Amino acid sequence: MNKRGITLYLHVHQPYRVRDYSVFDTSENHNYFVDPDPQSNRNNEKIFNKVANKSYRPMNALLEKLLNTHPEFKVSLSITGTFMEQAEQWAPDVLESFKRLVATGRVEIVAETYYHSLAFFYSRTEFERQVEAHKAKIRELFGVETNVFRNTELAYNDDLAKWADGYGFKGILAEGWDPILDWRSPNFVYKPEGTENIALLLKNYRLSDDLAFRFSNREWQEWPLTVDKYTQWMESSIQDQPLVNLFMDYETFGEHQWEDTGIFTFFEDFVGRWLEDENNTFYTTSEAIATNEPAGVISMPETVTWADAERDLTAWVGNSMQHEAMKHIYSLEDDVMRTNDNELIADWRKLQTSDHAYYMCTKWFTDGDVHAYFSPYDSPYDAFLYYINAVRDVRWRLHETHRTGGLSG
Amino acid sequence: MKILMLGWELPPHNSGGLGVACYYLSKALARNGADIDFVVPYEAKHDNVDFMKIHSATKLSPLHKFGMGAYDSNFLLKETKQDELGELTTIRDVQKRYVDFVEQLVEGKSFDAIHAHDWLTMEAGMLAKQLTNAPLIVHVHATEFDRAGGNQGNPIVHEIEYQGLIMADRILAVSAITKDIIVKKYGIPADKIEVVHNAIDPDGLNDGYEYDNRTYRYLEGLKDEGYTIISAITRFTIQKGLANLVRAVARASEKYDRFALLLAGDGEQRDELIRLAADLGIADKIFFTGFVRGKQWRDAYSVSDVFVLSSISEPFGLTALEAAHHDNALIVTNQSGVGEVLQSIFRYDFWDVERLADQLVGIATSPALKDSLRTNILNEYARLSWHDVAKKCMSQYTKATSPSVLVGAFS
Repeated sequence: MNKRGITLYLHVHQPYRVRDYSVFDTSENHNYFVDPDPQSNRNNEKIFNKVANKSYRPMNALLEKLLNTHPEFKVSLSITGTFMEQAEQWAPDVLESFKRLVATGRVEIVAETYYHSLAFFYSRTEFERQVEAHKAKIRELFGVETNVFRNTELAYNDDLAKWADGYGFKGILAEGWDPILDWRSPNFVYKPEGTENIALLLKNYRLSDDLAFRFSNREWQEWPLTVDKYTQWMESSIQDQPLVNLFMDYETFGEHQWEDTGIFTFFEDFVGRWLEDENNTFYTTSEAIATNEPAGVISMPETVTWADAERDLTAWVGNSMQHEAMKHIYSLEDDVMRTNDNELIADWRKLQTSDHAYYMCTKWFTDGDVHAYFSPYDSPYDAFLYYINAVRDVRWRLHETHRTGGLSG
Repeated sequence: MKILMLGWELPPHNSGGLGVACYYLSKALARNGADIDFVVPYEAKHDNVDFMKIHSATKLSPLHKFGMGAYDSNFLLKETKQDELGELTTIRDVQKRYVDFVEQLVEGKSFDAIHAHDWLTMEAGMLAKQLTNAPLIVHVHATEFDRAGGNQGNPIVHEIEYQGLIMADRILAVSAITKDIIVKKYGIPADKIEVVHNAIDPDGLNDGYEYDNRTYRYLEGLKDEGYTIISAITRFTIQKGLANLVRAVARASEKYDRFALLLAGDGEQRDELIRLAADLGIADKIFFTGFVRGKQWRDAYSVSDVFVLSSISEPFGLTALEAAHHDNALIVTNQSGVGEVLQSIFRYDFWDVERLADQLVGIATSPALKDSLRTNILNEYARLSWHDVAKKCMSQYTKATSPSVLVGAFS
């Protein structure tokens, strides 16, 4: 009899936010990502250092402690390329602490697109290049291979699963969304529709979001969440079932839920409590797949994400500004790739990071519900303006330096 | 509830937003059951008013004709020799007559509240309070600091405002910006002031109006050629920050040459703006209409793609809501109160010519951006309702009344 396991998977990411890049910078100044104002919310270095202090440093210390204390504790991480680059530049100690975690052999790295992009939905060739680039970077920094794939925002459909299967991944992650699951539980391993050798792990969104979104919400009737209560919920969820997949942003710990909410203590105590029972363990994503046979086949013909009540991509590509932005950036692919200009290619790719499109989201903004809108910009319109000015500059560089492409989108 | 409302103008005899706000506020209050006596300093027909009683304090025709409108405090001591005025040659003379009239009007009457709008009527409000013992609510649509474009302004006006604010039982400010000025520049305790933003009545604008594309035919021609029409519909005073708008249009034109700026209105800065446009080499891009009313006024909004509220200091800025109603994208300075109640807009600091120019080019060159701004603000602005404003006022009347009721009970 296998032990009952929690698959804890944390997503580590920072984008390169576009500074207040004006039309007067376009074709004059090709710096999109370095905001000279140290106080600006678009200053990536400032943000990285802030989140490093609030989240990456204390959480990695806690993970290291838990790995040392509990031989059964394991965790899986996806770390974006844009995060790794920023850590190399501004917080090498943070990167070193991730390396120490991976070196324990009980921390698995999950594959994804290097630039945290939505390239899968726009260009399969560019998408594969970014998956390759991510694999290479992980190999370089951590000396490990990745076997399980997650797409940006957990945006998943049957085509993606087939692609990942063909590519050779052993597992893939997705949201355990009720309309898809129907009567089935997310607490099993499944097989994606139309695939041969790949397994599907589904996020238990209730237990995940209790931590990621609700933990510090005083309006929540379950607040404050105690270890007793959460363990009880975990027990009743996993009863007669093999695993619970807790998928969330790494920054849940310390950034989304601040230290003073008690999240770190809660998490440390919960891990200890869970492992008091000898029947309980933690799985890495690869172990969860290796340990458990698929309980059935799951099909998601339409794209499902882990975002919002709608679980779709409307926060990224729901309005005309977002469609324009994506259309313009991906239409440059052939011209950009032809240049072999590494700096230009890297800038173009940094502009593909999905966060840029998210900042242009208006679906909460109009309602005045700005609390639901995490953005370094004053408005979605500002986000679009600076972004499109930068895209125009990429076009200018193609035209001016490489004599390729025209200036009209 | 019986309200003595002390105003300076009502449409169609108004020189700006004060009259519009007083009209819709009174209408909504009347619908909420208020019985209003509204005093104006002139005599004219108000065919559109049947929900309250209007009292004329003088026999003069509407005052903006003499440069004594709600915004003309800088003409305060200037002698205006006009036959029609008789002995009332200055705005102070008219105010004195207004006070005398109110003194007679309130005799033997009682009111639940006295609601006075801006410095123009504050003296009358204070006197009416003394005579009737009714609480005084002072409604601040603009202070002398705003009118003077951030400068000190006229000391007499400032003094009247100060006394009125001190004597008021409750103060209504049209924005948080205005509340802040009342606290910081006049030293009034913040808890005496309630922010009551203005609103808009779309029904009042849906009066069978249809856009006539012949009114601004030349601009329509430019639009056909791909031009983006920027507009400002306002008084040309330093408060409105129009020089920076002209500079921004010049700057934006360096990146995109199909801009036209429609400046609808008139004022002391007009010649300066014409000169500035010429100095910047964009004289042919700017269209001065002079003061517009009625259809010309509506059509100015309609022909425009982007409305800019460029004010250096704007307590509210009703024109932005009117522009939203006419399907404009909005750009509003951070120094304008209307920005406090709107989300789907661009904002800039009034001095930031570069940022405004960037926003203008962005809108002109991206249909998605322009359409998003227009559509989203259209869905947003109409939520601001005068009915809600009236309810807030009613609760302030009650709040102002309660302490004196208590005093009365124990004396």
